[in-house]
Amino acid sequence: MPDPFTTALAAALQSGALPPGVTARDPAEAPRRFAVYRNNVAHGLSRALATRFPVIERLLGAEFFAALAPLFIAAHPPASPRLFEWGGAFPDFLRTFPPLAGLPYLADVARLELARGVAYHAADLAPLSPAALAALAVAPDTARLALHPSVQVIASDHAVGTIWAANQPGSPPRDITDRPEVVAVLRDRGLSVQVWPLTPPEAAFVTALRDSLPLLAAAQAATCHAPHFDPAPLIGRLMQAGAFIAPSKETP
Amino acid sequence: MTMMTRTLTLTASLATAMTLAAAQAHAEDAMEKCYGVAMAGQNDCAAGPGTTCAGTAAMDYQGNAWKLVPAGTCATISTPHGMGSLEPIKDM
Repeated sequence: MPDPFTTALAAALQSGALPPGVTARDPAEAPRRFAVYRNNVAHGLSRALATRFPVIERLLGAEFFAALAPLFIAAHPPASPRLFEWGGAFPDFLRTFPPLAGLPYLADVARLELARGVAYHAADLAPLSPAALAALAVAPDTARLALHPSVQVIASDHAVGTIWAANQPGSPPRDITDRPEVVAVLRDRGLSVQVWPLTPPEAAFVTALRDSLPLLAAAQAATCHAPHFDPAPLIGRLMQAGAFIAPSKETP
Repeated sequence: MTMMTRTLTLTASLATAMTLAAAQAHAEDAMEKCYGVAMAGQNDCAAGPGTTCAGTAAMDYQGNAWKLVPAGTCATISTPHGMGSLEPIKDM
């Protein structure tokens, strides 16, 4: 529980009223100096949001983003001093912000950017060793492959992966067909965060593993979309990226 | 195809996929965190508490800052303060 001064300071950052206990060498200057501090906090948070959601800033334009950020900050101030934990409410904020109703894909692009941050800061867990994978291959009908906590699946009614990729620095402009897309977001062995477009059977496979289903059930989910789905390329890529970890012992 | 045959085919393809993936997952491009070898401002990030910390090392060869290097090479990296370390270096 924060102490009373912290609580009062947090409230004053919103309201602008000088919080009790804040003063300056010349007390008459205190309100003006607090206003400078308050502006620095607002600007810092706005830049932190833009750093976390660079594609959203690019899609909206810096001017629109700078006007939007204070509204989000007022509605959803950080709940933790660790700013990487902040911004989880931004996708829904974008979805329900009336001026953005004409850009329905924005919220999902924001979800993708949020997932990249989550992947980057996900816990370090040792990847499954090739020997352990080979051992599991002896009984694939009962095997379970657990996914690293960095692995997330973002499914969208919009071309979320293509829009994100087309708005990376240096990407040439191109036509985008808006259609449903699914991407996997994960951190690879080199600690780079990857965004992989997934086909429908691949998406079903990774989602099933994410939901802790046994390997065979995941493969069956994939074959619902493509009867001749070959899991080898995807399992190979996931293994290469270090996306598999040893399954926890207590799973039934 | 019956349900049973389909499951058997799938099981076989999974076995092949896993064996292949295990064989291909070579350690060549594996990296390790190497402490005490990064120049000031060139460290990678520990993804620990706080916001991003990449590039925050204040001095050269800082003992608690690390850089990703190819696996197996860390302890062979020579610095003015000694070799690189797989564990954070306490005092320098």
